[in-house]
Amino acid sequence: MKAICFYFQVHQPMRLRSYRFFDIGEKQDYFDDHNNSYIMRKVAQKNYLPMNALLLDLIKEYGSAFKVSFSISGTALDQFEAYAPDVLESFKRLAETGNVEFLAETYAHSLAALKSKEEFTNQVQTQARKIEQLFGRKPTTFRNTELIYSDEIGAMVADMGYKVMLTEGAKHVMGWRSPNYMYTNAINPKLKLLLKNFQMSDDIAFRFSQQSWKEWPLTTEKFVGWLTQINRDEEVVNLFMDYETFGEHQWEETGIFNFMRALPGRVFSHSDFEFATPAELGEKLQPVASIHVPHPISWADEERDLTAWLGNELQDEAFDKLYALEEKVKMCDDPKIKQDWLYLQTSDHFYYMCTKFFSDGDVHKYFNPYGTPYEAFINYMNILSDFIIRVEKQTRYSKTDADEVKNAAKKLIETTGKMAKKKSRQAKKVVKEKLDKTKEMNFEDIKNMSDTAVKKLLREVDLQKLSAAMEDAGEEIREKVLPNLGKRARKQFDQMQEELKKVKKSDINKYKKEIEDKLRDIFGNKK
Amino acid sequence: MRVLMFGWEFPPHITGGLGTACYGLTKGLSKHGTEIIFVVPKAYGDEDQEAASIRNASGIPFDMKDEEYKAYWEHIKYLEVGSNIIPYVSPEYFSKITEETKKTGEEFKSSVFSRDYEFSGTYGKNLMEEVARYALIASALALKEDFDVIHAHDWLTYPAGIAAKKSSGKKLVVHMHATEFDRTGGNVNQQVYDIERQGMEEADAVITVSNLTRNIVIEKYGITPDKVFTVHNAVDQNDMKNHNGNKKHFEEKLVTFLGRITFQKGPDYFIEAAYKVLQKDSNIRFAMAGSGDMLLKMIKRVAQLRIADKFHFTGFLQGSDVDHIFSMSDVFVMPSVSEPFGIVPLEAMRSSVPVIISKQSGVAEVLHHALKVDFWDIDAMADAIYGLCHYDGLSKMFKKYGKQEVENLKWENAALKVIDVYNKLLNS
Repeated sequence: MKAICFYFQVHQPMRLRSYRFFDIGEKQDYFDDHNNSYIMRKVAQKNYLPMNALLLDLIKEYGSAFKVSFSISGTALDQFEAYAPDVLESFKRLAETGNVEFLAETYAHSLAALKSKEEFTNQVQTQARKIEQLFGRKPTTFRNTELIYSDEIGAMVADMGYKVMLTEGAKHVMGWRSPNYMYTNAINPKLKLLLKNFQMSDDIAFRFSQQSWKEWPLTTEKFVGWLTQINRDEEVVNLFMDYETFGEHQWEETGIFNFMRALPGRVFSHSDFEFATPAELGEKLQPVASIHVPHPISWADEERDLTAWLGNELQDEAFDKLYALEEKVKMCDDPKIKQDWLYLQTSDHFYYMCTKFFSDGDVHKYFNPYGTPYEAFINYMNILSDFIIRVEKQTRYSKTDADEVKNAAKKLIETTGKMAKKKSRQAKKVVKEKLDKTKEMNFEDIKNMSDTAVKKLLREVDLQKLSAAMEDAGEEIREKVLPNLGKRARKQFDQMQEELKKVKKSDINKYKKEIEDKLRDIFGNKK
Repeated sequence: MRVLMFGWEFPPHITGGLGTACYGLTKGLSKHGTEIIFVVPKAYGDEDQEAASIRNASGIPFDMKDEEYKAYWEHIKYLEVGSNIIPYVSPEYFSKITEETKKTGEEFKSSVFSRDYEFSGTYGKNLMEEVARYALIASALALKEDFDVIHAHDWLTYPAGIAAKKSSGKKLVVHMHATEFDRTGGNVNQQVYDIERQGMEEADAVITVSNLTRNIVIEKYGITPDKVFTVHNAVDQNDMKNHNGNKKHFEEKLVTFLGRITFQKGPDYFIEAAYKVLQKDSNIRFAMAGSGDMLLKMIKRVAQLRIADKFHFTGFLQGSDVDHIFSMSDVFVMPSVSEPFGIVPLEAMRSSVPVIISKQSGVAEVLHHALKVDFWDIDAMADAIYGLCHYDGLSKMFKKYGKQEVENLKWENAALKVIDVYNKLLNS
């Protein structure tokens, strides 16, 4: 048996509005609601709605034999909720069939994996929760933004408990090896890897309507023919592509819908392939080897690296300035700041700043709302500058709150200190009185006494009080006194010292609790 | 007295300080009873003196109903000749943009900020041809009109001035608002230089806008010092307004650069100084307003220095946006590498913004209440910025006296000096 694994990426960024220098510090609405809703409606009509209907038909027709998987970014889900609830409904209907797997990714379709494990993990969790809440099943397969992958990213994903991850079958990583097997992560072999067969994926996603391509027009006969020519023991063909391929990148007129409608039938009648989801393959397939990817790869462009998002001066400046805020944003509890923080991380913003394709850029240009990367950069930085002001303001308030707590704690510690001193002073006084009674000597004189004299003294003194006094006594006195205690007395003494510590600990705990109460008073009501 | 004057731009269509200066000067002259025939190439075709809102160099709105303005037009005969002369453009750039327009049939965008030079209709093969055509028209015009003296502003109009002199036999004054050395930083276009020199040699008197320019004219063009006179520019007092209402929405101080982002204006020195200041005090913001051929390089540099969260680009500003940014600014910097005069700092000062100007600017000769630094001395520039942002006493003083100082720079006084020059020629 061999499997075809379809994974479709669904993503829409929260596009930024045109934000001027004069707006900094004044306007807090960063997103172009009008344009976002317009694009969402357009893509919904051309792509999401008809293609979802088509997939639902295919599932009805072929039953459990036909399966696909989706990864939908959180920013896309948010926009479905706001502008296209009908699309969300149609995805839910697909989910109900049980033939569709939904994958986990970063909520903001972000590049967080490259910068911060904590932020990355948070976003994946938020996303997974949202998927579970909408489609009823917790994802077990992970795919990172733009299929970005490295050994370390894989290890982080494994740490989060995911069993299977999708990435690119990049030539420079694969070498002579075929992407048509299951592989594993090089650091944590528990994480299985499915690699994109970029040849056959791109035949559909990019070349389908390219009339200069020698295989144009692509038919299901041809495509299934190629599938049957694949080496006999190869196990899986991973067809990974943007969902917008269907109707948006490849218009309906190109015949892309007809192709997809006919494909499963042709596969069943003319090959021994079946359809499977990534999670199923994770159960079924045995990995053949681990893959070493020390430097991150992606599915973008000829280079299959990160240069579409990071690397030029503009991108690096924007990216680093954004993530410099991470710690401070965490201290904020304003939900609007949290949301803007997510939306500003979306990889598309950095993609618009790419200068690689300044001259020719076809694919890039199509998706770029800005005339030039410089405009994209300036607009983003204007917004980021405003965002920084907001975050700074919030954390400044938090700081004054923290200062207040610190002062309160300081006061508490001072009083405890005073109390402790008072106690030991009292104890010292008792010891001294005893001493004075026996020989007119003071506490400090112990260190000059003979051992016999000390022993004599010790018989007279109440151990508990001695113990308390010892806490505060100098090293010399301790050395003199402790060896002269009888075995039993020494044991008692030690016990008492322990108890004394406990007593103090309970005091400390009491004070701790007071501090905590204070904290709750100050921060608790803010939400 | 009647003057035949050749200019290349006039409100409302202006791209730099020249149009403003011509307007101010003619207004000053008319106050002293001088009559003027003002000739400009008609590059746009949409001038409507009544409907257009007239603006000065940086776009501060001008009150059309002003009585003085009406009186002014009574002394002025305004002539336009068909031409495509575009100010502030080198011949190479001119052919580039006109070619592009021809090729694509679309508007050519001069920069990322879409400051469009609007073209319609046909274009001469190159700028020099346009200049020659303008001269031809001028010689014909000179025969038709009646006047005592000819006055030509900047190189594009010099051939016209010479032609008018030859056909009429009247005395010629050429006015150097900028030299080719200022515009290019030494990378001189020989054709332009030749026209400038020929114009000054043929002229009976040369007026320079500063001693700085006078020295360049004498040293680099070899013009006899006796016939070169400095008349500093002034400020139109009439459209002085108190700008208020616009306030900034962040706490940091704002340091502003406003001008064309070209070699001549020294935007790169401003960025380096900003970087130095930010290393010491991150509580200051910088804005670069304007557009030009160095803009992209500047954006990249700011990203490279990792100061893009504190250093902002506004794009080309005009009209109320200029007022707005001045009202937000705490310091204005003009770091020009070579500035024959430099009118923008005066506009900043009258909006009560303390200014830092380069010693390599003509305006430095007339201003006392401004901090002056060498354009290349980014340490001194950074010091000055830091000082004005932190020492209130200093900035208060500059605000107060700076405004007074600007209010005393009157075009009437400058016009008197120009009339002196005319009289010298007519009496000799």
